Amino acid sequence: MEGYDLMSSALAHEIFELTLEHLFLVGLSMGIAAALAIPVGILLTRRAFLERWVLGFANVMQTVPSLALFGFLIPLPFLGGIGKHTAIVALVLYALLPILRNTLTGILSVDPAVRESAVAMGMTGRQLLWEVELPLATRTILAGLRIATVTTIGTATIAAAIGGGGLGVFIFRGLASVDTTLLLAGAVPAALIAVAADRGLEWVEQKLSPV
Amino acid sequence: MSPLVSFRQVSARLGQKDILDNLSFDVQAGETLVLLGRSGSGKTTALKMMNGLLLPSAGEVSIDGVRTTDWDLIRLRRRIGYVIQEAGLFPHFTVAANVGLVPRLEGWPLRDIDARVESLLTQIGLPRAQFAMRYPRELSGGQRQRVGVARALAADPPLLLLDEPFGALDPVTRVELQHMFINLRDKLGKTALLVTHDVREALLLGTRIGVLHNGRLVFLGGRSEFLKAHEEEVRAFHTCLEDEWRDTI
Repeated sequence: MEGYDLMSSALAHEIFELTLEHLFLVGLSMGIAAALAIPVGILLTRRAFLERWVLGFANVMQTVPSLALFGFLIPLPFLGGIGKHTAIVALVLYALLPILRNTLTGILSVDPAVRESAVAMGMTGRQLLWEVELPLATRTILAGLRIATVTTIGTATIAAAIGGGGLGVFIFRGLASVDTTLLLAGAVPAALIAVAADRGLEWVEQKLSPV
Repeated sequence: MSPLVSFRQVSARLGQKDILDNLSFDVQAGETLVLLGRSGSGKTTALKMMNGLLLPSAGEVSIDGVRTTDWDLIRLRRRIGYVIQEAGLFPHFTVAANVGLVPRLEGWPLRDIDARVESLLTQIGLPRAQFAMRYPRELSGGQRQRVGVARALAADPPLLLLDEPFGALDPVTRVELQHMFINLRDKLGKTALLVTHDVREALLLGTRIGVLHNGRLVFLGGRSEFLKAHEEEVRAFHTCLEDEWRDTI
């Protein structure tokens, strides 16, 4: 009995630590992805000729199987190698497309009559963006962030394959030792985080959406 | 006195198609010129040339004696009220924020904006206490269009541009708004340019009527001249007057 307690408390402690690590991986990746994809998405609404190339790149990134993408990054200088930073690079590449596409769609689907009114009222380009386009696109942009976040929480479990840590550590260990308890120790918290993130971001979406 | 708006041999080409062909006319301060024409006659294009939403491919459009290509377009647009069909109100702004937009962009003190919004809402028959904090989706079509007119008048621009402003309304509401427009225009002494395909609206609101057909100005004159004119396109518009009249009898 005593031995079992000792083991389960050690397991509980490890679950806690790896969950934090998982949240860190996802949080940082999403932050970087949003900081890249939202401004680039806005730029694409102003420079239509770039759209095909940038969306094409993001599309290709999405189609590479995730385990392979992590593998491809290992031999690369700066971005690659073994460890967390490589995992974060891969997760960012995955998260770009939904955010980019939703930013673009959100802004382009603003009613042309509303946009025309804004210009005719004498708004500058910047005022049009901040006062009309972004507020009206908020809901769509946040929906993109939500999709990207939920996907990233799942994909981040693969980060353990290249030494990135996170809840995937349990899953790979459980796979290697055919231990269902370990598999569940990784999969259940990851699923719970995903559900919580989905609900939380849905709530933010409704709170921030102006219309 | 130089005309408020002046078109000199203005043409607009879109690809191979001439939208406007060699258009010349003046608008004097205080008058309401109605541009009447079928869909695709170029009337909206002509209107958008006045606040620089479009620029001529040949010829020149001048406002207050200055070519639109020489104006700072932001400054020009804030001096011109603009009303479009379905109003184009900002759905995420309250009625008060919609009406107070241009004064706010112009940096008016808050207290002045509030006072201006209140006075305009009273004039368009939507009392502030009841309507100021509503969003456009909480208004009827007629109320939205009233707000659109108030928003255009907010910074007291000398010139108003209206593109089929009452086109999407039911007939009763349309007549109410047309009369509200006449009252406001006469009281505030605004110059207005209104685009429509409705000949009755043209006769009711216009001090002068210009008829556009395939990008050309085929008639320009007062109401009685319009009713007497023999030009083919003008007669086409006469026909729809007669038909409506026959129906009423």
